[in-house]
Amino acid sequence: MRLRSIYTDRIASRLMVIMLIAILCMPLVIAAGLFYKASPLLSSSSLWELIAGSAWAPTRGVFGFRPFIAGSLYVTLFAFLFASPVCLLAALYLTQFARARLVKILHPVIDILAGLPSVIYGVWGILVVVPLISFLAEDWFGVQTTGYSILAGGVVLAVMCIPYMLNMLIEVFRTVPAGLKEAALSVGATHWETVKHIVIRKSLPGIFSAFGLSIAKAFGETIAVMMVVGNSIGFSLNPLQPGYPLPALIANNYGEMLSIPMYDAALMFAALLLLVIILVINLVFRFIIYRTQLR
Amino acid sequence: MKKRKLLEERFFRYLTGAAAWSLMAILLLIIGVIFYRGFNALTPDMILRLPKGGFYYGGEGGVLNAIVGSLYIAGGATLLAILAGFPAALFINVHLIRFTRTRNFIRYLLDALWGIPSIVYGAFGFTLMLLMGMQASLLAGIITVALLIIPIMVRTFDEVLSTIPRGLPEAAFALGSTNTQTAFRVIFRQGMPGFITAVLLSFGRGIGDAASVLFTAGYTDRIPVNLDEPAATLPLAIFFQLGSPIPEVRDRAFASAIILTVIILIISIISRAIGHKFK
Repeated sequence: MRLRSIYTDRIASRLMVIMLIAILCMPLVIAAGLFYKASPLLSSSSLWELIAGSAWAPTRGVFGFRPFIAGSLYVTLFAFLFASPVCLLAALYLTQFARARLVKILHPVIDILAGLPSVIYGVWGILVVVPLISFLAEDWFGVQTTGYSILAGGVVLAVMCIPYMLNMLIEVFRTVPAGLKEAALSVGATHWETVKHIVIRKSLPGIFSAFGLSIAKAFGETIAVMMVVGNSIGFSLNPLQPGYPLPALIANNYGEMLSIPMYDAALMFAALLLLVIILVINLVFRFIIYRTQLR
Repeated sequence: MKKRKLLEERFFRYLTGAAAWSLMAILLLIIGVIFYRGFNALTPDMILRLPKGGFYYGGEGGVLNAIVGSLYIAGGATLLAILAGFPAALFINVHLIRFTRTRNFIRYLLDALWGIPSIVYGAFGFTLMLLMGMQASLLAGIITVALLIIPIMVRTFDEVLSTIPRGLPEAAFALGSTNTQTAFRVIFRQGMPGFITAVLLSFGRGIGDAASVLFTAGYTDRIPVNLDEPAATLPLAIFFQLGSPIPEVRDRAFASAIILTVIILIISIISRAIGHKFK
């Protein structure tokens, strides 16, 4: 009986550690798989040509990803500009000002927002954001546009990022020791002054990381952005113009990629690029969070 | 001077409050608009029937194929993810309980894994599918979605397990139980509510994700009966119907969006109810 439980333990422990290692190796396997598919493209043109080139002609075998990378960055920038002030203020309210009863009402709201699928955000974008932008652009600037634009992508992406960023910020503000706040209050600071000088200053690295991780998340978001951003090649600085982010490029062209030579390699290269960028951002900012938590 | 302080205090109290309550407004706006636009097209037919001929030109039928396909894919993927993720999470919290640094490092990697976007998993699933000589199918979709939700499952379950007081496994060890016995008989039982939350969260994520099944699951008007048949999914049904220029078909996309939203809300309510029950 005793022997049997020792043997079960050995076998089960082996299996468990194998599962864990397999899961941790997943990013490497994914990167290797994508690299393998992208390698024909990498051997025919240099990495720099691919990233910095702006010509896009799949039928001629010319692939320059610059407009797509720029489109992704631009949409992400708008999303960040819209989402970060809202999240910062809301997180401060929920952790510093609000009564427990209000927090209890708002927490499920954040959870549901975080759980809504991206298609739903995309549908909402098409129903509300796109027509609104089209209307306002004509009303305020006299510009005729369909509304399918970088700006619409940024707004939808911002709303999608809010629950994610907010949850991290709440976590960050919660770790500020109560003693520090009490010290500030006891020397006569008002509530807001305590928040401004103690809470925010103490959590700066955490805020910084939460922003970074949200940017990484926004960068890889696909369906919702693709539904409202217009998807036309060619980059312009005008946010009312349509754009074409990197994830949308992959999702939009999977149908035809097997019929044109090198096209599949190019799309897999795009996925690899996305993976590497996002993984690096994640590793860096998560590291900052862990460092501050350990201290 | 005092007055300015008071003013500043008031101003920021209201400003932060407004930011927080705007979230509620956003949620109500999203759900309200989708229900308002889709409600008229949401007939019993939509939920209970398969698409008939000419459905995508405004013909008769419903999206039962997509509802069932989504449930199949999310269900299968959740099952696979449990098989892989559940032992891994227990391992972190039982076998590695003395190795805090290793544990923290593993959590760090898992958190980073969580951040990989679903389109990358989709592209990788597609590569894997070609490599194994498969067609777009239910199985390929299940595997891809499983890869996507494994980190979510492990990390959520692990988060709950890590709150179990250390004395509990220590007591089990002191009584002479092996690592495995401690993991499955003591820690798992204690972490049951966390396990259910993790499963429901993963299931919800699996049912709502479109980018990963876009490449791998295909699309069909029938309900798949075999693993090698393609399967329709609800997010893609919404996406494709929205691409139509015909108003009736677009209305049906909004009705499908209601169905998906309701499924997600039900999952959220169940997991909340379970969380309360165990508290």
